[in-house]
Amino acid sequence: MKLITAIIKPFKLDEVREALSAVGVQGVTVTEVKGFGRQKGHTELYRGAEYVVDFLPKVKVEAAISDELVERAIEAVESSARTGKIGDGKIFVYDLEQVVRIRTGETGKEAL
Amino acid sequence: MRKWILAAASAVTLALSALAPVVSLAQAQAPAATEQKKDAAPAAEAAKAPEAAAAAAPAPTPNKGDVAWMLTSTALVLCMSVPALALFYGGLVRAKNMLSVLMQVFMVFSLITVLWAVYGYSLAFTEGSGWLSPFVGGLDRLFLGGTFTPATGEFSPASTFSKATPLPELVYVAFQATFAAITCCLILGATVERIKFSAVLIAITIWFTISYLPVAHMVWYWPGPDGYTSDKVADAMVAKAGLLNGWGALDYAGGTVVHINSGVAGLVGAMLLGKRIGLGREPMPPHSLTMTMIGASLLWFGWFGFNAGSALEANGMASLAFMNTYLATACAVLSWVFAEWMIKGKPSMLGAASGAVAGLVAITPAAGNVGIPGAFVIGLAVGPICLWGVTGLKKLIAKDDALDVFGVHAVGGITGALLTGIFNAQSLGGPGVTNYVTMKPDAYPGILAQLWIQAKAVGIVFAWTAISAFIAFKIADLLVGLRVAEEEEREGLDTTYHGETAYNL
Repeated sequence: MKLITAIIKPFKLDEVREALSAVGVQGVTVTEVKGFGRQKGHTELYRGAEYVVDFLPKVKVEAAISDELVERAIEAVESSARTGKIGDGKIFVYDLEQVVRIRTGETGKEAL
Repeated sequence: MRKWILAAASAVTLALSALAPVVSLAQAQAPAATEQKKDAAPAAEAAKAPEAAAAAAPAPTPNKGDVAWMLTSTALVLCMSVPALALFYGGLVRAKNMLSVLMQVFMVFSLITVLWAVYGYSLAFTEGSGWLSPFVGGLDRLFLGGTFTPATGEFSPASTFSKATPLPELVYVAFQATFAAITCCLILGATVERIKFSAVLIAITIWFTISYLPVAHMVWYWPGPDGYTSDKVADAMVAKAGLLNGWGALDYAGGTVVHINSGVAGLVGAMLLGKRIGLGREPMPPHSLTMTMIGASLLWFGWFGFNAGSALEANGMASLAFMNTYLATACAVLSWVFAEWMIKGKPSMLGAASGAVAGLVAITPAAGNVGIPGAFVIGLAVGPICLWGVTGLKKLIAKDDALDVFGVHAVGGITGALLTGIFNAQSLGGPGVTNYVTMKPDAYPGILAQLWIQAKAVGIVFAWTAISAFIAFKIADLLVGLRVAEEEEREGLDTTYHGETAYNL
């Protein structure tokens, strides 16, 4: 099993969610985060005080996925989150050791 | 040490609470000794003067329209402190300090109101005696004694700017109370995010007593127009007035008394406090410019009471003061924002809100003292001037006047006070200065002469408040310490000093 973490532009969230649903991924966890890579921040001005804000708002999408679906899930996120401009984000893939469904106690692939 | 101070403060409060009704009641039984009666009865001349015949006529009663307007204005000025100023300042600080700002404003407002009723009004707006009288009043109106006589149902009168046109004195007491209170609240903007709550209460009480009261007396106290019965008597009348008032300084609603007074005091407080931890390195942008905009808008709304209410009557002068206030503010919004747009590249909401406040500050001494042309010039000029005050000048001064009390209120107040001297001239559309013997507006001494009077008044107030603020903050420092501990400043004053969080999201 794998855990996919995707950092995407916030307005892409709905498209990414739908694309993941379409390939069979049932559940995701979403967090609001801040970050930067190559995308430039902006300057804010409050009277005489100037602030250079490097951090940009992003959304982190996490999904636990069975091995057969991983390739298609990555491809789904990639194509739905892409705008072609700097700041589109990244996808990280982690090995997932164990998954438990709290309600039933199921583990492993059945819990996904 | 702190326990003893708290114990002493509680004891004083309890004593005052017990004493106040007793003293007020005792004074209410005595016949009211009002300003009007004192001035209208100097020994020999009154008997010969023509108003001996008038003395037989019934005393003039307050005009219902005037009273209604003044009560309304008072409520408007209250609104300027709570919630307007509280929100304006509150939105500019970090979220962890929001409640501390709201609390300081709310408490200072209430505290000054009480002190005003106890001794403030008396020391500011009675004549005073001997060599002190140009600087401060007396104790005739301690606990507001004499303003209402239960036995007769009589309300003592206060003067307006027209003869035989009194207000009930209590209306004037209330109106001026809101001025004293907001002046003290303005100072708080310089010291936010790092000053101890107890230090605020102590320093403001002292500053109110040794700076606000004398300055208000010097600029605004006069015996009223009814005593100006002839040229011979006029000089005696002028001699009874506060020092700067007697010189002919023009300050309609408080350019010196409120804005320069508080602006300089705030800067002194900021100097003694030191700068906030992390200033210049850590980001500390305003946590809610939405709140700041609401505050600025309510300030604009309430300021109509502040300026147009200072006409003391519901008449043409009030309308002029109203329109000047409205127009100058709008001009200042535009001039600040356009200047900012050109220099910094973007027009900002904070710039617009600050421009509005700067315009309101500058038109304060001018409201009933200039005409429409003056309002245009003052409003358009103060935008860029105060923009410099909060940027270039602030860098030069290099102190952490956190919310720019000096840059907006002192700089704007000085700008307005000086331009008032110029644009009062009838040749520049102004109403001129009234000769209270003839009631004709022909007493303006000329532009340069009036400008010099304004400059002297500005200089004296500047020095007086600087010294007073130094004393007030130093005493607070010695008693309780001015500044919070570093960990408390990092965590935020709301939780550490008030046990509350503003936003439980």
